[in-house]
Amino acid sequence: MSPITFLIMRRMRTPLVMLICAYAIAVLGMVLVPGPVVDGVRLEMSFLHAFYFVTYTATTIGFGEIPHAFSDAQRLWATFIIYLTVIPWFYGIGAIIGLFQDPAFREARTRQGFVRDVRRIRERFFLVCGFGDTGSLLVRALTERGRRVVAIDIDPQRINALAIQDYDVYVPGLCADASLPESLIEAGLPSRRCQAVIALTNRDHANLGIAIAAKLLHPELTVISRVGTRDTAANMASFDTDHIINPFEAFAEHLAMALRSPGTWLLHEWLSAVPETPLPEPRYPPRGGWIVCGYGRFGKAIHRELRRASIMTVVVEADPDRTGCTTCVRGRGTEEETLAKAGVFDAVGIVAGTDDDANNLSIVMTAKAMNPALFVVIRQNRHANDALFRAVGADLVMHASDSIVHEAIALITSPLLSRFLARSRRETNAWANEVLSRITAVTEDLVPDIWEVRIGDRQARAVGRAIAGDSVVTIGDLLRDPRDRHRRLPCVALLLARGETITLTPADDQPLGFGDRLLFCGQGRGTDPMVWSLQDDRVLTYVLTGRQLPQAWIWRWLERRAAARESI
Amino acid sequence: MNPEKVVFGFFILLAATLNFGFCIGEIDNPVHHSPYELFAAIVVNLVATVLKFGDRTQIGATQLATSLVADLGLITAAIIWGVSTYGMGQEITPHAMAAVVSFASGALFANVTSVVLLVAETVTMRR
Repeated sequence: MSPITFLIMRRMRTPLVMLICAYAIAVLGMVLVPGPVVDGVRLEMSFLHAFYFVTYTATTIGFGEIPHAFSDAQRLWATFIIYLTVIPWFYGIGAIIGLFQDPAFREARTRQGFVRDVRRIRERFFLVCGFGDTGSLLVRALTERGRRVVAIDIDPQRINALAIQDYDVYVPGLCADASLPESLIEAGLPSRRCQAVIALTNRDHANLGIAIAAKLLHPELTVISRVGTRDTAANMASFDTDHIINPFEAFAEHLAMALRSPGTWLLHEWLSAVPETPLPEPRYPPRGGWIVCGYGRFGKAIHRELRRASIMTVVVEADPDRTGCTTCVRGRGTEEETLAKAGVFDAVGIVAGTDDDANNLSIVMTAKAMNPALFVVIRQNRHANDALFRAVGADLVMHASDSIVHEAIALITSPLLSRFLARSRRETNAWANEVLSRITAVTEDLVPDIWEVRIGDRQARAVGRAIAGDSVVTIGDLLRDPRDRHRRLPCVALLLARGETITLTPADDQPLGFGDRLLFCGQGRGTDPMVWSLQDDRVLTYVLTGRQLPQAWIWRWLERRAAARESI
Repeated sequence: MNPEKVVFGFFILLAATLNFGFCIGEIDNPVHHSPYELFAAIVVNLVATVLKFGDRTQIGATQLATSLVADLGLITAAIIWGVSTYGMGQEITPHAMAAVVSFASGALFANVTSVVLLVAETVTMRR
């Protein structure tokens, strides 16, 4: 039984006992009190009539004196029982209404509703902990892709905001502390439909708690967590948290990558952008002297990565003692004087990386006025300032929430893509340029679609059968157009994963085995023709051999007969 | 001594004794079975049922179930009595009386189970 039923039963004990006692006294009295004398016979009231009378009197319906006009003694008793029974009735009704308005009861009810909603989800779902700037963006991105999401946040206002959001699919939300295991269990963490937990609260400690709970309660689950410091990141890595996203570090790495090997960076940008939008115009950051304003977590990460890429950097920081900055220009960077001292006229780029949006905008505007050729990287802290950041015309905008969402979406929607990107970082720039040229050959200025194929899955049924039947299927075969096998589909095979081994951009003549996983990218809708070869035996035979198999049973039978006759 | 336990035990035992008192006597003889006693048994049983509400333990659930069964039996007995008297417009027949008492005896069985559970619980607690 649910806790709510128990709560109601507990609270209703006293009113119900009172009501039963009042009825008992009233009915018994009505039976015992002498009735009127009709034709010399004293009429007594029976239990049935007494109960009937008390019932309509207590509920204030009042049909009158039934079955006979009452004697004075009965009227006296009736007067008494009106007060006796009506009061417990109102008390009982009041107790029920009071219970429904009780905050504890309402919370129990919403919690129960939430648990029911989660249990009713029949598809696989994601558990998003923290529904702030980042969480809401991620939930929107996931629901737009038709994925089911369950959200937890500690702030009731945010959960109310979730309730009035207009998502494509219903998103159950719970107002609770996500670092408590109980809340995670209620949100469906142990369910086998739960696919991943994404910890996005703004406290590192809470994220750590969520990651630990997820790993202990449901070890097969993918855990993605946001962290703010390297300490916590190391701590999480120690117990195998699947993916740790530190937005500042990730962005700094990207910037350094753009400086070091622009090809790899562009490959990243293209593959992690939203599909079917125009390809982003590459803006390669120039090499030369850089200025970093703000030496917080973001500034430190940028500084370290730029140094690693052996690029001269000057740090501008208003409070060098607190941030532990030894050699830097003191100042906020919003004044011309400080920027001039930092060498703004000779620098090629500037990073406005303080945790205050107004200051960052001011730094960029001042620096641009002093040196219009500067490459500008700006950190945006709040989503509400979107319009201002678009207007300021920065070359790169770093928004922590956006980076986290991008990365999380890539991890969730295509685990192979993140492996591909991670491996591509170790390759040379020349390799990246070659892959880029192959992608541009098929995409026509749009961000390529990315999809995975797993040989032997339901989506690749025909290929699985063909391999089981001793046919050799190569990647090149899958890339043939099922309408005309001499044409190629506009797709590129990015990666082949066989067990733990990974092959980047596998060759066309690579034969496929059972359980292989492939990552393709290509022009939008490139998936649709490929699905035919993957699923339909006849189409696959055509693609492999060029032979058209007869479709109807009678033709197949005739063909078999012909084959049998030939073999004799 | 826990006053809640006193009240609880009191009502359960009272329900069983009243029920027994009603059932004793010749099964089809209306003179042996007092309507007042049936009324009292119903009221006390209802109170006992409500007192068992909201106990989340296994034994609490069984207690509630026995009480509900007893209520069902006694209320059915009362309805038969009422219908056979007023519905037919005559004195209660021995046949109807036997039905009333047999339903009440069924309820008595449930009440006895309830008492047994109460005793068992008390014995295992030993506090």
